Amino acid sequence: MLAAILLGFLFAILLVFTGKFFRGKLAVLSAIIPGALFAYFASFIPEIASGEIISRTYQWVPAFGVDLSFKLDGLSLLFSLMITGIGFLVFAYTASYLKGHKYLDRFYGYLSLFMAAMLGLVLSDNIISLFVFWELTSISSFFLIGFNNSNPASRKSALTALGITGFGGFFLLAGALLLGNITGTFTISEMLGMKEAIAGSEYYILAVLFIFVAAFTKSAQFPFHFWLPGAMKAPTPVSTYLHSATMVKAGIYLLMRFTPILGDQEFWNTSLIIVGGITMVYSAIHALFRTDLKGVLAYSTISALGILVFLIGLGTKGAFLAAAVFIIVHALYKATLFLVTGIIDHQTGTRDVTRLGGLRKIMMPVAIAGILAAISSAGIPPSIGFLGKELTYEASAHAETFTVIIVIAIVLTKILLLWAGFVAGIKPFVGKLPEAHKDVKAPGFLMWGPAIILAVLGILFGIFPKLIESALVKPVVLALGADASDYHLALWHGFNTVLLLSGITIAVGILLYFFVKPSIKLENRIGKLEFISPKSILEKGTHYFGVFSAFWTNVFQNGYLRNYVTTIVLFLVVLVSYILFGTAGVTIDYSKLSQVTAYELVVAIILIAGVFYTVFTKSRLAAVAAMGVVGLAICLIFVFYSAPDLAMTQFSIDTLTVILFVLVLYRLPKYLSLSDYKMRIRDGILSVSLGAIICLLALQVLAEPTNSEISDFYAENAYKMAHGKNVVNVILVDFRGADTLIEISVLAIAAIGVFGLLKLRLKSTDRSQ
Amino acid sequence: MEIILAIIIGVLYAAGIYMILRRSLVKLIIGIILLGNGANLLIFLLGRITEGAPPIIPENSKVFLEAYADPLPQALILTAIVISFGLQSFAIILVKRAHKVVKTDDLDEMNATDEDS
Repeated sequence: MLAAILLGFLFAILLVFTGKFFRGKLAVLSAIIPGALFAYFASFIPEIASGEIISRTYQWVPAFGVDLSFKLDGLSLLFSLMITGIGFLVFAYTASYLKGHKYLDRFYGYLSLFMAAMLGLVLSDNIISLFVFWELTSISSFFLIGFNNSNPASRKSALTALGITGFGGFFLLAGALLLGNITGTFTISEMLGMKEAIAGSEYYILAVLFIFVAAFTKSAQFPFHFWLPGAMKAPTPVSTYLHSATMVKAGIYLLMRFTPILGDQEFWNTSLIIVGGITMVYSAIHALFRTDLKGVLAYSTISALGILVFLIGLGTKGAFLAAAVFIIVHALYKATLFLVTGIIDHQTGTRDVTRLGGLRKIMMPVAIAGILAAISSAGIPPSIGFLGKELTYEASAHAETFTVIIVIAIVLTKILLLWAGFVAGIKPFVGKLPEAHKDVKAPGFLMWGPAIILAVLGILFGIFPKLIESALVKPVVLALGADASDYHLALWHGFNTVLLLSGITIAVGILLYFFVKPSIKLENRIGKLEFISPKSILEKGTHYFGVFSAFWTNVFQNGYLRNYVTTIVLFLVVLVSYILFGTAGVTIDYSKLSQVTAYELVVAIILIAGVFYTVFTKSRLAAVAAMGVVGLAICLIFVFYSAPDLAMTQFSIDTLTVILFVLVLYRLPKYLSLSDYKMRIRDGILSVSLGAIICLLALQVLAEPTNSEISDFYAENAYKMAHGKNVVNVILVDFRGADTLIEISVLAIAAIGVFGLLKLRLKSTDRSQ
Repeated sequence: MEIILAIIIGVLYAAGIYMILRRSLVKLIIGIILLGNGANLLIFLLGRITEGAPPIIPENSKVFLEAYADPLPQALILTAIVISFGLQSFAIILVKRAHKVVKTDDLDEMNATDEDS
């Protein structure tokens, strides 16, 4: 199973090297990969149908409990078959749709990367590896949406999609860690048995919220839905594959996967019903106001996803059954409609539905596919769409509370979706063929073939629901924690309320289709409300966030060294004085201090005088000389207080520094006096307060007892172990010899730097500046 | 004497920071050197000062017989002096070079990454 997942990644890598073969006629061969995977997963159907669960575990990071463990149950199988099956058709379709495209191989690389990631997502039994695959789908989606990377709108949409789904991915990780914390495991199947413990945990609500944000962003639920219409900038195969059939259902998958673990709680069910309900109605209404075919489809996809979230929220057996069927229904008809839209766009060059019509005369097979898909989408018998709608209505009618509102909402949504399906699947093919499209060519088989296969399947499954009943639908319900073995899918359920609702839906929907035509006027009308949409609110938010960040950065990163130093010193002074005066208090133990001799006092006076002269002199040479005096005075202090080695080093280094300074002094800039009076006072106060604090701090530290353990060790062992009598030298060249070696290297690097700077000859272009 | 040393350290720190806060590049380097000297003395003082007893084991003995100055801070300072020399020499040459290329000694005029801006 690991090989099956990795195959897509391997193919993507292979394309890097063999891309040019797949750019030409061989492109269609790449469909073999999803095709073979489809066959592989289909071979598991009998086992899964009999209730088995197949799992494989490969250790990955055992120390953190993160394994590559995979589980194939009804839910994963349904998604795997959708991913590979629709993948197969989309791969084949792409060969014709993007024929001769310069970066066709790249496109296939992204697609198969996505396919592998998506398979990993639905098969992972470990929530951390699920997260990794989840992020990989977001990333491949980013590349695919931005595939036409010369188009700024395309790039912007790609970034929006990545931003929203990446934001959700972050919450998924948080939710995963929280759940792992509660249960002590990252394995999803182990969490199944801990439902009570999780629901009883104080973090239950938080964990559910995190999972919700992840699912809602990925599956484009209100108010995160707006990235999906933007994602339609991607080439149509991508919209078909990622943004209607598979990736956007990852959130649905996540909710379904966690239904047996987190579900059956009031918070879970109510939130899902509300969010799903708002999403399905809101975006179904929005679909009415679009003229771009892909816009209509995008909003109807969001609406369909809303229905699924809503059904999961209902949480009854009937609702799960409806959700399982509706996933299949939606994948079949929506993918078909997208493929059909792609064909129309490819052949006629427009997706504006107001300018399309009569295309049946040119592309009959496409028209058949479109009409069949529209029938399924509308839920007209004998399509599988009818089955899905009946089950949905039945589940809604059995909702425990607010039944009337729920039923009205779902019927309204279905009516509008019928309209959307008809606009996308029927409108372009009926009526008069516009003059402009007289010369449109018929598409090749590779393009209409996949569309018609999906469309026909949608009708076939409707007539013979047995085909999918025990093979696909019931195992899904089982995976959701309900047993539907006593239920039988059938087109005819007798005369009842549900059938009445179905009849109303179809009748009103068709009426709506005849009376409301998509038009620019409608589109403009909704455009006026754009400023209060979640999208524009978020965009404004990010804009002002950017402005604020820029302001904030400019305050702190202003490019002036002295401002940085001022901030650091001020902070240090305030903090240290707070601790020193606020908590500790300064105490000086005079009895411990040593006496002052006359010559020490003289040296100290010379030193301080030297410092003052260095600071206040107007001459560079004098400053350097005074600095030398300061260095030599320090050298004397070392001599007084038993540090001959330090004295020698200080003496030579100080001398060298002064010599070096003097040597380059005549090339150095004039000793400028750039600051004004006020600044000097300010800096002076700051420096003096720092000096005072350091001085007090030093005295305070002197009052504390010392720990001489390390020094004693060196003193004790200097001769015994290292056979040297000068302990300082022994420490440097023996005990800490490696440090000294590194220090020498640092000096060598500095020397090379100095040499380089001295010898550097600027190019003539640089010099001219 | 400790109090005097502490005052000296305070003066060196104050002078060092004051010079670093100036806009002139040469003053910046002098400030860094003064600050470095202050830091060395601070370590020296905090390691407790001892008069007339260098950390050298007597001629005919294997261990210290009487009180000795702490060798550890001395080893640290020795390293620090040498390293700061590396820094200073590099800084001096860099300033010279920078002055030659951008023709200014004013730090405020050097806060852009591009030479021509």
